[in-house]
Amino acid sequence: MPKQAKFHGGIHPPEAKVTGAFEIQTAPLLETYVVPLQQHIGAPCNVLVKKKDTVRRGQLIAEPGGFVSAGIHAPTSGTISAVTTCTGPAGASVPAVELTSDGDDTPDDTLTPMDDWQNSAPDDLKKRIADAGIVGMGGAAFPTHVKLSPPPAKPIDLLVINGVECEPCLTADHRLMLEDPDKVLTGTQIIARILGCKKVIIGIENNKPDAIELMQTKAEKLEMEVAPLKVRYPQGAEKQLIYAVSGRRVPTGGLPMDVGAVVQNVGTAAAVAEAVLDGKPLYERITTITGTPVVKPGNWRLRVGTPLEAALTLAKGVHNDPAKIIFGGPMMGLAVYSLDVPIIKSTSGILLLNSDETSEFTSGPCIGCGQCVDVCPMNIMPGTLSVQIENERFDLAEAWHAMDCIECGCCAYMCPTYRPLVHHLKRAKAEIVARRKAEQNK
Amino acid sequence: MAEETVKLPNPSSLVVSSSPHIHQPQNARRVMLTVVLALLPACVAGVYFFGWPALRVILVTSIACIAFEAFFCKLFKRPNAIGDFSALLTGILLGMNLSAATPWWVCVIGALLAIGLGKQLYGGLGYNIFNPALVGRVGLLIAFPKLMTTWVTPTPGNFLPDAVTTATPLDLASQGTINADYFNYFVGNMGGCIGETSAAALLLGGVVLVYFGYIRWQVPTAYITTLALITWGVHLANPATTPTPLFHILTGGLMIGAIFMATDMVTSPMTKLGAVVFGIGCGVVTCVIRVWGNYPEGVSFAILFMNALVPLINRYTATRPFGLATRNREANA
Ligand code: SF4
Ligand code: SF4
Repeated sequence: MPKQAKFHGGIHPPEAKVTGAFEIQTAPLLETYVVPLQQHIGAPCNVLVKKKDTVRRGQLIAEPGGFVSAGIHAPTSGTISAVTTCTGPAGASVPAVELTSDGDDTPDDTLTPMDDWQNSAPDDLKKRIADAGIVGMGGAAFPTHVKLSPPPAKPIDLLVINGVECEPCLTADHRLMLEDPDKVLTGTQIIARILGCKKVIIGIENNKPDAIELMQTKAEKLEMEVAPLKVRYPQGAEKQLIYAVSGRRVPTGGLPMDVGAVVQNVGTAAAVAEAVLDGKPLYERITTITGTPVVKPGNWRLRVGTPLEAALTLAKGVHNDPAKIIFGGPMMGLAVYSLDVPIIKSTSGILLLNSDETSEFTSGPCIGCGQCVDVCPMNIMPGTLSVQIENERFDLAEAWHAMDCIECGCCAYMCPTYRPLVHHLKRAKAEIVARRKAEQNK
Repeated sequence: MAEETVKLPNPSSLVVSSSPHIHQPQNARRVMLTVVLALLPACVAGVYFFGWPALRVILVTSIACIAFEAFFCKLFKRPNAIGDFSALLTGILLGMNLSAATPWWVCVIGALLAIGLGKQLYGGLGYNIFNPALVGRVGLLIAFPKLMTTWVTPTPGNFLPDAVTTATPLDLASQGTINADYFNYFVGNMGGCIGETSAAALLLGGVVLVYFGYIRWQVPTAYITTLALITWGVHLANPATTPTPLFHILTGGLMIGAIFMATDMVTSPMTKLGAVVFGIGCGVVTCVIRVWGNYPEGVSFAILFMNALVPLINRYTATRPFGLATRNREANA
């Protein structure tokens, strides 16, 4: 068992994982899906279908618009009823197609199972991952095939599988590891083969002892290690996780590959296995629907493009009107304001919060308590930065390492005067990036 | 679908804001209130030793500070801030830093200096550079040097004492009389400010604050250790004419200064390393004043002096981002 390194800072918010013991349920087919055409970080997709086209489940309906991009596949068979826009989880309007189901769920057979994957060339496997439109399913939604294509100068000798699920309330990854451990492990083997990497560590927080035990028994036979980790948010953040399981420090401004590591989420690994073994593109995922107002919280296998309203109907609606609906977890999720927002590839959870459970971040003064500094996992100084940013001193913010912020929210969680620290830092990062671009174009 | 009616959320009641969406159950108000509670043992000790006049001083400074806070907030058109309890805290600290014999109008002037000059002129809570209570105290010390150094003899348990003036142990020491009456010093049975005398009560409050994480233990630890080391050196050189480190620690305003004044969040450094540097600085300056300066007491001046250096300390003790060292090492390799 690898020893665990303790990353700097971090917090331990109430875990509130009420759905941990609830089996994954598969959602019944809906009549309509609204599928956004950009669900990842990177270049937008080019739509391949037009109104009245008929499509099959898993058919490519939008092709990647570049290398750093991931195609979009139809969640079921039916007719395209509109090429339109919709409000995405991030709040902005994005291009989308509306798909009216024909109820047959007829599969498309463009992608065939690669039964002999153990002997397939890594590049073919990587191509399959790209063709299946797989992105990081822990939340970041970065195209997976890109992450699996490090330059030759950066050999990878450590694959970290992220089963940490450090966000409170969410249990989708936990359930996946319990119910489909073999799929996760096969996906892991495929990824390891692509990377040519022998050492695999699966990080799981010790609030999931059942998952640790199960994965440990199975992983042992495959010569992989399971690292039980002491619960601490944000252990699932890439840099913190790599440090926790291996003691390697990703350099500031750098990527995991700079220390020879690649991190993949357990959900992504399972999607890889399905793409390779079953020829199944990424058009559904496991999502936790939870929160005090929810009548029947649970874990659901939802098709991409399921509108929030339909998802909440599966959970039998709400007892009372929530103050917030969040796509993702309470620490890093995105608050939405419409019930039309669709589930996308990276929607790990839908969380409803009552007004007394959520908090309003006002611009109180910084009283210099330093609590934000103590908990910042990147060891930067959010309080000082936020004052600089309020004064529009983005040059200072850059010098004080605003770009290192991973937006984990630990600082704002602690701040006794409820300063909107993450809001400030996001703003500064966007501003600094814009300035750097302007600088380059000069 | 089943035919039951399912209630769906009302989208118009939804709030959208940046993550995170949860917060720990704590706020500035609760922090301030806890500090006030942590001061209570020392207040009680002060009233026990100096009687009702001590309570009167603390009440006057507290009420005056709150009133001035409300007044200045109005004057500067800021939201009324008395609800955050920081003015109450300043008032109590100021009162504890005065002699029980202080006339009420001096208390009021002190409160005006503390809240007006020490805090609101800078922009209110969070923007002040100097500890407001110390600004009040030192302002009074300069304006009324005689009044401010009139100490009354403690009368344990007698709440209506006849004010008999006395000198503090530090005063006596600076005149060459060193009384090694440590037990009385520790419980607070000596002349001095209302709240500074009982080291025992102050330590109790300090433990509470460290437990809740509302003060950085590094500050009092570094402060007291530095003072002890320097005065120990001085004492070793001149054992007959200089007080022991223990004497320095237990007398005067060191305990209240190190535990409650130097640790004020706003006017002390942000980082742990900064807190150590700050504490050492306070210790050095206090010794310089006590041992070589003209004043028998140096805690207030030392902390104010170090307050002024906090921006500088913050700059040079800034944290190193995770992963910064690696990059440099690799670049050199
Ligand atoms: S936690 Fe808030 S008040 Fe404390 S230093 Fe950070 S920003 Fe300032
Ligand atoms: S500054 Fe960024 S990385 Fe640090 S705690 Fe805040 S959100 Fe997390």
